[in-house]
Amino acid sequence: MTETDETNIKIQVRGLSKVFGSQPKKALELRNQGKKRPEILEKTGQTLGLSNIDFDVREGELLVIMGLSGSGKSTLIRCLNRLIEPTEGDIVIDGQNIPKLSEKELLECRRRHFSMVFQNFALFPHKTVQENAEYGLEVRGVEKKSRVESARNSLKQVGLDGWEDAYPSQLSGGMQQRVGLARALANDSTVMLMDEAFSALDPLIRKDMQQELIELQHRMKKTTIFITHDLDEAISIGDRIILLKDGEVVQMGTPEDILTRPADDYVARFVEGVDMSRIFTANSAMRSVRATARDSDGPRTVLRKMSEHGLDSIYVIDRDRTLLGIVSVDDVDAAAKAGKDTINELIQNDFPKAGPDEPMNNLFAMFNDKSYPIAIVDDNQRLLGVVVKGAVLEKLAEAGEH
Amino acid sequence: MAIDIPRIPLGDGIEGGLDFLTSHYSNVTRGISSVTQTGISALNDGLMWLPEWALMAIIALICWRVANLRLGIGAVLGLALIWNLELWNPMIETLTLVVIATVVAVVIAMPFGVLAAISDRFYGVIMPVLDFMQTMPAFVYLIPAIPFFGIGSVSAIFATVIFSMPPAIRFTTLGIRQVPNDLIEAADAFGATRTQKLIKIQFPLSLPTIMAGINQTIMLALSMVVIAAMIGADGLGSEVWRAIQRLRPGDGFEAGIAVVILAMLLDRITQALRKPKKKAS
Repeated sequence: MTETDETNIKIQVRGLSKVFGSQPKKALELRNQGKKRPEILEKTGQTLGLSNIDFDVREGELLVIMGLSGSGKSTLIRCLNRLIEPTEGDIVIDGQNIPKLSEKELLECRRRHFSMVFQNFALFPHKTVQENAEYGLEVRGVEKKSRVESARNSLKQVGLDGWEDAYPSQLSGGMQQRVGLARALANDSTVMLMDEAFSALDPLIRKDMQQELIELQHRMKKTTIFITHDLDEAISIGDRIILLKDGEVVQMGTPEDILTRPADDYVARFVEGVDMSRIFTANSAMRSVRATARDSDGPRTVLRKMSEHGLDSIYVIDRDRTLLGIVSVDDVDAAAKAGKDTINELIQNDFPKAGPDEPMNNLFAMFNDKSYPIAIVDDNQRLLGVVVKGAVLEKLAEAGEH
Repeated sequence: MAIDIPRIPLGDGIEGGLDFLTSHYSNVTRGISSVTQTGISALNDGLMWLPEWALMAIIALICWRVANLRLGIGAVLGLALIWNLELWNPMIETLTLVVIATVVAVVIAMPFGVLAAISDRFYGVIMPVLDFMQTMPAFVYLIPAIPFFGIGSVSAIFATVIFSMPPAIRFTTLGIRQVPNDLIEAADAFGATRTQKLIKIQFPLSLPTIMAGINQTIMLALSMVVIAAMIGADGLGSEVWRAIQRLRPGDGFEAGIAVVILAMLLDRITQALRKPKKKAS
């Protein structure tokens, strides 16, 4: 498991609470005495929306906040940019404490740091796709020429080039949300807030959008906070997940943490419905490579390595462990007999390859007829280990027992 | 046994107030009066200067462009009838009064409408005032208009503006309040100021509703301008008024039909403006 660097914290949320009603003090007092939401509502008529929320958002991560309706997740995301005024607590972004900002500073802060994608798209019906994408920049007073360019770029990013002059009503739901996404990207804010951004889309399009978001996010490293009520969605896109219930944090961790070590019964019940094979990642079935060939090795050396470990194929790496390809025992044997002294022209590239975060159920489909083990590589194409078919089956069987 | 409650001198109070205004602010009223009179004369003379056929062509063209050819043809026929009935000049006078009263009413109504949309407190204050303005019998406005502005067209404009303004205010408020909340939230999330929201989002999105309000204002203005003949306003109203006094129903109906034609043209044109133009797809 790769641990994200703890030092780069983008947003720090401490002791965040929100009371809906006219006497928030009373409600917080009761909360401090250990009373829960229903009791506070009964006694004071005040709704405790969020209670004492602490968490950090790390630079460049995709943080998912999930909970059922009424868990306070929408309130939470709106407190971050103060679309809803928090009752107490600190939200610090780059040294600025958001709840303490004046009206003017808040505008500045929203323009610089936050862009938002909404569940029902919230596109402006009287503006074209292009003008919608420009909106954040227009508000900031960016001059026409450069904002046209940024908007074009971000529309291209989400695959909408050619649609600039259409109006939102002419687009399908999925495309409309792409415009919403482009509007947020064009703004080039430091944080992207996504409020149930894909919940209104039908399941197939939703999967596509999730995949695209993951890709975009990996490419742009934009700090993203994503709200959802769907655990499957949270697991497939989140670097980390925060689980909310009745305005409190129940658990915080990686998708695997939440699924394999649920903090309490509530989380466990949640997790029950999840397709387990999706959460086990390549990482959990990976084992270290028994032997690798170097590109500078001659055929005889490679043959020796293979027979020593009983392999009929072997991965070839260079000095930096960058994966170059795979060679099979037959080819190497033939080259040795022909008296060649390099294996370079034997290297093949038709082998399965995946990142450590690849879900297990994707891996299964990757084994091809040659049944090479799947090479697990990091972002720099360095070989981390391999996954063999047996290990995948074993893990899937294990998941079935949960 | 009747209890002797003294009658509340409501009318006396109002009269006192009006007297006070007339005697102390006569400069202001005289100023307004001369400016308005100049405006009326200029517009009137301008429209009269044009030959009948030219104005007909212009109006027909407008009808055709904003609505359709059918309305354009209708305009030609209707206006030709008015011309034929020798009611052209009174029709122009009426049109002038309607146009000026509507412009003044809308200019005053817009800021009030926006304010009422933004502030709940202002909304609470202005709505009963609007109810009052609309339900007070229209004739009543004519009475104070005379001491303020004298007999004639300026008084007619004054009374017409008051009577026809409420829908413009109401519809502006309604239109702005009807803008979906999630769009406002989106604008807020991107850091839009109040003015940016108003100009770029709320105003354009409420335009069809605001246009409906302006349409209503024009219709009310037209009906009031006719009534205003009683205090000496020129136009089709005075033709009707004269017909009443001489008991000549034929003349009355002729002038009345001219009013109907004018009303229909104004209504159809503003209705057509209301509908968003079809986007080329």
